[in-house]
Amino acid sequence: MVTLEHYLVLSALLFSLGMVGVMFRRNLIVILMSLELMLNAVNLSFVAFSRYLGSIEGQIFVLFVMVVAAAEVAVGLAIAVAVFRQRGTININDISLLKW
Amino acid sequence: METILFYVLAAVTLLSAVCVVFLRRPLHNVLFMILTMIGLATLFILLHAEFLAMVQIIVYAGAVMVLFLFVIMLLNLEEISLPKEPRPLRWGFGVILALALVVVLFPIFSHFTPSVMGKSLPGAVGNVSNIELIGTELFTTYLLPFEVASILLLAAIIGTVIIGRKLKD
Repeated sequence: MVTLEHYLVLSALLFSLGMVGVMFRRNLIVILMSLELMLNAVNLSFVAFSRYLGSIEGQIFVLFVMVVAAAEVAVGLAIAVAVFRQRGTININDISLLKW
Repeated sequence: METILFYVLAAVTLLSAVCVVFLRRPLHNVLFMILTMIGLATLFILLHAEFLAMVQIIVYAGAVMVLFLFVIMLLNLEEISLPKEPRPLRWGFGVILALALVVVLFPIFSHFTPSVMGKSLPGAVGNVSNIELIGTELFTTYLLPFEVASILLLAAIIGTVIIGRKLKD
């Protein structure tokens, strides 16, 4: 029997993996991808709660998260292309102008 | 049955997520990300959220990941140095991945019975299909957030075009 906890553990593992990617990878595109992974982990727990609490609201919120994620990816990749045109690299160690 | 499916799908999803984070080449990251998205979509089907599973495949595995691939090809991040002839190891890897895809796709086919209309969220909402329920909620209770989301998408389109255009020297 698959319970809610199974899905929550899977979601937590996926989220942690995404966070590891955001913290330790140096490639801007891979960081964006790890961000997507984290958003998808959250989506999974939303859908699991929606199923086990018998409410549709979780799935509605997943739709909105997908909208925000799509907008974020489009703008983020546009920024990556613009940065690459300016600096010739997307390694975030070389793009630390705004870091104090 | 459901338990076995859950564990297999969770293993596939987790393993491909590990590959997304830890493999060296961005191209491989994107390909494994697509596998992760498909795994998550099948998990959504296990959770009786069929509409979201389809949206996940169309939007994420389709549009978003193609966008990533496109940008990686555009930036040409790596000097691609593939070996001249495919090694036998690569063939085996391909076969294993194809089998994994079959395993991932299996719940879609086993759950596919066209006449089942009232099975989404059983017990809680009765005789309404999943997509009908989402549509009703989206256009009544959540109408304002829905419209705001469309404005957000419009802003993202305009922002992307403005950021992405070439600067005149």
